[in-house]
Amino acid sequence: MSLIKQIISGDRRALAQALTLVENDYQNSQNMLAEVYTHTGHAHIIGVTGIPGAGKSTLLNALVKLMRKCEDTLGLLAVDPSSQFSKGAILGDRIRMRDLLGDKGVFIRSMATRGELGGLSSSTAGAVDVLDAAGFDRVIVETVGVGQAEVDIASNAHTSIVVLCPGVGDSVQAAKSGILEIADIIVVNKSDYPKVNVTKSYLREMLDIGSAVQVGLSETQNMTCDPHLVHGTSGAGNNSWQVPIITTVATSGEGVSELFDHLLAHYDHITSTGEITVRRQNRLRAIFESRLRKQLYTKFSQMLSEDYFLRQLELMMVRETDPYTAATECMNNFEINYIGDED
Amino acid sequence: MPDNPIRILIAKPGLDGHDRGAKVIARALRDAGMEVIYTGLRQSPIMIVEAALQEDVNAIGVSILSGAHQVLVPRIIDLLNDNGLYNVPLFVGGIIPDNDVEELIQLGVAGVFGPGTSTSDIVSAVREAVS
Repeated sequence: MSLIKQIISGDRRALAQALTLVENDYQNSQNMLAEVYTHTGHAHIIGVTGIPGAGKSTLLNALVKLMRKCEDTLGLLAVDPSSQFSKGAILGDRIRMRDLLGDKGVFIRSMATRGELGGLSSSTAGAVDVLDAAGFDRVIVETVGVGQAEVDIASNAHTSIVVLCPGVGDSVQAAKSGILEIADIIVVNKSDYPKVNVTKSYLREMLDIGSAVQVGLSETQNMTCDPHLVHGTSGAGNNSWQVPIITTVATSGEGVSELFDHLLAHYDHITSTGEITVRRQNRLRAIFESRLRKQLYTKFSQMLSEDYFLRQLELMMVRETDPYTAATECMNNFEINYIGDED
Repeated sequence: MPDNPIRILIAKPGLDGHDRGAKVIARALRDAGMEVIYTGLRQSPIMIVEAALQEDVNAIGVSILSGAHQVLVPRIIDLLNDNGLYNVPLFVGGIIPDNDVEELIQLGVAGVFGPGTSTSDIVSAVREAVS
């Protein structure tokens, strides 16, 4: 039986092996992913991101337990960072998800970022497709703990949840121009800690300013921004989604059912307004672009002789060239044909 | 295939709460370039084998300080076999009396590491067992 058929028939070991193939072997996983793709498009893909230590894994432990009561099946990808030095990693998200082990309706896989900086690894999108094809109702991706600009999850998920906690005023400030822009739902976890209302009001204010600005923009011009970068903020029009701010205590489960309700409401919202089509297209665009970037770089590296590269470096050291000119000259010698339909 | 990192599960089965050793090992393996899936304390054999299966690891290390190795290790090995994971090397660390080491090796354990083992020996043993 082919790997794909085994995965679809619910063979968990085959699923685990397929995920390894996607992670380890860019070339040879391509055919499998092509076949996987024909079986995708059914799962609700949820991204969970937020600052390190906010309680993302603990929150997921509680949320998934609740989802299991509704008989939803779940595939989880938990991403943790790789060391820039040793390339090794400690993947510790399972520690918090101990209640989910032994449940055949849940499959958890830890992934290391392997050098990627956007909060995911380069194989996360492929892994999501594999879990989707395996028939899980929801696929949840937990990113590494992020700071400001790691927004790759937005183009990989249908619903993005951003998890913060009280008393992180500075981080909230920092997040204002970053991860909060991608939030469909904001969670203030550890809400039994002091200052939860202060944090909530900061967030509410930030969202209100955002929606006022959007209304202003749409009155004066057609928005031409990249749609996946503005999704989630309560845009103008009747189809707008109001980003809820939910307070939770993940360790006790408080607020988690409210989070689940909003998650379902968001999915209803994007399916009924057609927004999900936009998000699916954004996701495909992101995967397509990322594959192109990676393959172009690989091809270019193969065409660039190491001796030439090192000689250019020496010339820079004696100031006979500079890195700016040298890079352009390399590119000028790289043959690229125009790709596109003839006029 | 390109040079992919070794994925190894580090777990503490049973009820003893001393995870210092497991954490030192996890850190040493990380610094040796491996991806360590660390599951923490109080794991049952079922949880360990289920995690090993989902994570498709190349090796497993368990730390046992409670003296329950003669119960826990055979149970883990049985479950690994039941799940088709008989090729995944299992290492045991912690307090294992000398007289019991041979018995564990006979059961199929790939290596037993007592107190004082250097982390570089452990890294080499894992690399060798996986290659």
